[in-house]
Amino acid sequence: MDENLQHRLRARTVKYLQLFALFIAMAIICIPGLWVVLNSFRPTVEIMAKPPVWIPQNLSLDHYRAMFGGVGEGGVPVMRYFTNSLIISVTSTIIAILVGMAGGYAFARYRFRGKAAIFIGLMLTRAVPGVSLSLPLFIVMAKTGLIDTHIGLILVYVALNVPFTIWLIDGFFRQIPAELAEAAEIDGCTRWQAFWKVEFPVARAGVASAGIFAFLTSWNEYALASQLTRSTFSKTMPVGLRDFTSEFTINWGGMCALAVLMIIPALILTFLVQKHLIAGLTFGGVKG
Amino acid sequence: MAQVNLRNVVKRFGPLQVVHGVDLDINDNEFVVLVGPSGCGKSTTLRMIAGLEAISEGEIAIGDRVVNDLPPRHRNISMVFQNYALYPHMSVRENLGFSLEIAKKPKAEIDKAVDEAAEILSLTDYMDRKPGALSGGQRQRVAMGRAIVRHPDVFLFDEPLSNLDAKLRTQMRTEIKKLHQKVNSTIVYVTHDQVEAMTLADRIVIMRDGYIEQVGTPLEVFEAPANTFVATFIGSPPMNLLTGRVAADMISLEGGLKVAVPDQYRANVSEGQDVVLGFRADNLMPVGHAMPMEGAFAELEMTVNLSEPLGTETLLFTSIADKEIQAKMLNPRPVASGEKLSFQLDLTRCHLFDAETQNSLRSN
Ligand SMILES: Nc1ncnc2c1ncn2[C@@H]1O[C@H](COP(=O)(O)OP(=O)(O)OP(=O)(O)O)[C@@H](O)[C@H]1O
Ligand SMILES: [Mg+2]
Repeated sequence: MDENLQHRLRARTVKYLQLFALFIAMAIICIPGLWVVLNSFRPTVEIMAKPPVWIPQNLSLDHYRAMFGGVGEGGVPVMRYFTNSLIISVTSTIIAILVGMAGGYAFARYRFRGKAAIFIGLMLTRAVPGVSLSLPLFIVMAKTGLIDTHIGLILVYVALNVPFTIWLIDGFFRQIPAELAEAAEIDGCTRWQAFWKVEFPVARAGVASAGIFAFLTSWNEYALASQLTRSTFSKTMPVGLRDFTSEFTINWGGMCALAVLMIIPALILTFLVQKHLIAGLTFGGVKG
Repeated sequence: MAQVNLRNVVKRFGPLQVVHGVDLDINDNEFVVLVGPSGCGKSTTLRMIAGLEAISEGEIAIGDRVVNDLPPRHRNISMVFQNYALYPHMSVRENLGFSLEIAKKPKAEIDKAVDEAAEILSLTDYMDRKPGALSGGQRQRVAMGRAIVRHPDVFLFDEPLSNLDAKLRTQMRTEIKKLHQKVNSTIVYVTHDQVEAMTLADRIVIMRDGYIEQVGTPLEVFEAPANTFVATFIGSPPMNLLTGRVAADMISLEGGLKVAVPDQYRANVSEGQDVVLGFRADNLMPVGHAMPMEGAFAELEMTVNLSEPLGTETLLFTSIADKEIQAKMLNPRPVASGEKLSFQLDLTRCHLFDAETQNSLRSN
């Protein structure tokens, strides 16, 4: 057979195999999500059916209607949970980014005593599983009266996110040549101006991606929030999901409906900044 | 317009001292080149003048002001970096105008200054591009443009041409020289390329290991190197060096050769002194292929190991006492390896150094 043809066929086969592998991987990732969305639109009977019904027979907004309905008719304080989630996630993300930027910049640019040790220490905190902190955190929060408050959860999420944002942002600043800020200083900037007018805009994509990660972590966190919140005053959406369980039954449809509401803002946010996110994670084109 | 004065400037990084008490006076409008091998402290010295690096001891003055503790922005200097350090998120126009923008100059004035600089550096066609979309040579121009728009007292260049290919480097070298004539200001230029140093400088400062070895015009450092380091660092190919001992107005060199002590050094050597004889390839030529030698010369018989034809002349590699010696052949003819030739060494153009201090024995 013609040698070129052989290579062309091989290249094509490899390409189809890759596409197939990609399909499988995406299916594994996406199907649970699709199942959640699907279940939020169909009656409980169909959700519980065995064998499972893949093609929905009748779709309705009943679960959503019930969820937004009054308490006692299957309703939950969705808006309250949503607001709590938003306040806690946004605030903790902003604080984590500010601290992460200061810390990341310091690690990238300055030499100081104990730098390596502090950095390793920060990274080690990532090795501690969050749940194992729940009891100590509960005790501390109870003693300081921060149980069931926004501030309590915000503090916890800031602590959870700061090491990661520092690590990520340090990496971005490290890739920006130090001469850029020096050139700005020579051009008449103060240290502060050099940062905001040159280094920050160049690292913006990186900071944005760090922000997304921090936001999603706070938005989705369940284990700690379920311990540290008590009432509608501070319960976040993931914790709110538990409202659908009662002693003997679980309202799967309602739970899925709330989950969909949870996913939507995260999706929108990710779409809005995905360009930055990708640019931030691959981060080229700073040189020169 | 300003002169720059360094008084006993010392730089330490922690316990490590990298610049050891540098004294240097740079005149107004002078083009001074700092040259030296890698790691000798050129960039550090330049960065101390810029204010990017604090000085550990001593005093730096620009114009009539001591600037020791002034931040870069108060020194009225411009700097061109080796990697250009263009702001990647700004267009060429914004890059050029940035310093004036920061100084809150009126828009019209900024535009005028930017257009003027763009004109001088032929950047007018790229004004709206980002640095990422420019070639190396164009980036280099933008970096220079950014430096000239603010009409600084002093320009600082840190190896601005080392990222360019050979041809562009020669071209930009000429442009920098022209630029100096046009903008008329003091320039301190760092390079490790001695050709760049020779062609650009009004005065060359040769550094080694944080010390200044010699300061002088290109011709001075070429013709009267203060020590063996300068002698081998400046000029290409590097100066040939042979050790020997003075005995009865003759120098017996390694390898058993004997040459007369050059006249100009006779008063400065003593009997039995260990010396180093230095001579350039241009002063060692085969008989019949040499410049006419007016003064005293010595004749040596040597075997050619290798020849490198350069066109108008041929570089000959020979050896004395296992030391490689380079000679030049004018009006060249093909030379085979292993061929024995008789060479003439022009003694009037030889250099003599003390073997112990390595310093020149020339009378000042
Ligand atoms: N921030 C620093 N910390 C410690 N040592 C440093 C620092 N910066 C420079 N040095 C040291 O100071 C010495 C001089 O460095 P410098 O950059 O001035 O050399 P250079 O002459 O510019 O060399 P090159 O031609 O390679 O650019 C070097 O030995 C270098 O290792
Ligand atoms: Mg350097």
